[in-house]
Amino acid sequence: MTVVRATGVSVAVKGYVLLDDVSLIADEGSWLSIIGPNGAGKSTLLRALAGGGVTAGKIEMFDRDLDGISQRQRAQLVSWVPQSPIIPTGMSVLDYVLLGRTPHLHPLANVSSSDVEIAQRILDDLDLSSLAARTVETLSGGERQRAIIGRALAQEAPILLLDEPTTALDLGHQQDVLRLLDRLRLSAKRTIISTMHDLTLAGQFADRLILLSGGAIAAEGSAVDVLTEQNITDHYRADVEVTRRGQSVLVVPRIDPQESRSTEETTHGH
Amino acid sequence: MTARPAAIKLVWLIGAIGFVIVAVVLGMVIGPTSIDRTDTLLEVVDSIVPGDFDSGLDERQASIVRSLRLPRVVLALLVGAALSTAGATYQGVFQNPLADPYLLGVAAGGGLGATVAIVYDLGDGKGFLDMVQIAAFIGALLSVALTWTMGTLGDRTRSTTSLILAGVAVASFFTAIQTFLQQSNTDDIRQIYNWFLGGLNTNGWTEVIQLAPIAIICLGLLAMSGRTLDVLSVGDEEATMLGLSVGRTRVLLVVIASLLTASAVAVSGLISFVGLIVPHTVRLLFGSSFRIIVPMSIAVGAGFLVLCDLVARTALTPAELPIGVVTAFFGAPFFVLILRTTARA
Repeated sequence: MTVVRATGVSVAVKGYVLLDDVSLIADEGSWLSIIGPNGAGKSTLLRALAGGGVTAGKIEMFDRDLDGISQRQRAQLVSWVPQSPIIPTGMSVLDYVLLGRTPHLHPLANVSSSDVEIAQRILDDLDLSSLAARTVETLSGGERQRAIIGRALAQEAPILLLDEPTTALDLGHQQDVLRLLDRLRLSAKRTIISTMHDLTLAGQFADRLILLSGGAIAAEGSAVDVLTEQNITDHYRADVEVTRRGQSVLVVPRIDPQESRSTEETTHGH
Repeated sequence: MTARPAAIKLVWLIGAIGFVIVAVVLGMVIGPTSIDRTDTLLEVVDSIVPGDFDSGLDERQASIVRSLRLPRVVLALLVGAALSTAGATYQGVFQNPLADPYLLGVAAGGGLGATVAIVYDLGDGKGFLDMVQIAAFIGALLSVALTWTMGTLGDRTRSTTSLILAGVAVASFFTAIQTFLQQSNTDDIRQIYNWFLGGLNTNGWTEVIQLAPIAIICLGLLAMSGRTLDVLSVGDEEATMLGLSVGRTRVLLVVIASLLTASAVAVSGLISFVGLIVPHTVRLLFGSSFRIIVPMSIAVGAGFLVLCDLVARTALTPAELPIGVVTAFFGAPFFVLILRTTARA
């Protein structure tokens, strides 16, 4: 079942086209990863999918046009983990995660004990229980990142948009968070769309990748199809070696420029 | 230890109620006319509870307690609560610690309204629904509406900075007209000046009756909006993604806070600093969630203004000091202290 459908989505800010006629679909319980070099429009695309700043095109979630529903209804369907969130001062981690309950609460109502239970369960899952009473601004980068993911999970929305969810995390927590998201995807049928810098990781967890370059889709498909040396050379201007090991596609930068020059010559047929 | 969501602790609540009671008792028993203190309190109890008993005061004293001190203390409670809560709301809505209830031009608009009414002899500032009060109320709301229209004109990003700048422009413009009117009618300067300095001079219950209904409804709504104000603290974009209609929420909260301020200004003139320092004091003492700041500001603001008014009417007996002087005298040094504390943190 198709959960997210974007058709001809463009985003322009002050005459600069950031995203040009992008169409994509995501099925229920799938993990779509958006990759691409800096400035390719990854964050813009994610934000647009959450309903922000679209100048042309149509976005549908569960066959409902995002334009036709209220902020509140949208936030019950989609949660968004921003890349650089604004951290409020003096707010405890528990209260921060509870912000995620906003779409389920009346504007004049306070959080209920069931909201607190939901938040506490998420804090447990994210290994944050011991930090629940700390204020968010005193957390380390990685702890903060998990708190933000916690806030998005508290929304209990079927669609999760994550902008670089693992950049600030150490290897162990990276794996923990991605595995937790993967479990949610499988058990609770959540649909995940994430942007990721780490190409190997993106390929490992996502079942489909979209390579964005210059605001448009340059390649699309499985990790094997998208993560090719040619694609990465063309769009990242990086010199990498791509190898397969079991299910994983490993993208490793080459150290030796000599080696790279010879590869380049072969690829370009000189 | 399990973490709890931000909420008012029972001890704080008891402390806040205790503070208000102490302020009210002091406000009732101290005054230029010396009246037996126990009897005064008995008279207050007599006026509240049904039935009649002898408090031991003669008729003149009883009248001072019932129609001068009591309404004045109640008015101070209401105005103090109104200004503090409006200030807290503005600070949350604009995500700006320097915001006070006069941010969007309420003071200048109210001042212009009052000046017009005084200069054209539309009323004397006393009595039920007096024209000076009505004009101040209308002027105050008009200035907020004008600020809002100008600040959001052609501004798709809905930035609060443009609103604040529009507030400065509207305030300057209204102040210019007000000053012009004042200077061309020098006979009225004293009365205008008195209005600007603010005061809780009452004669009976008319001001309380005018202010109480609006104030109680607005205070109730704002007290319940603490969580929504907390959501605004992650910025407009994230708050929107969390399902809040940021634009609409901001308009509603500003309308409620401005109604509250305008009705307080209409009956008491301009009383500065209360709306700024009370919410900050509460934040420093109890925590930065608006679920704590708003309700605690109601109590602390109410008690604080009763105490300031006590100083205002006793410091220069038999003359009266404008209450704005007292709040600013305590407020200004305190404000510096807040700036220092936040700078260190």
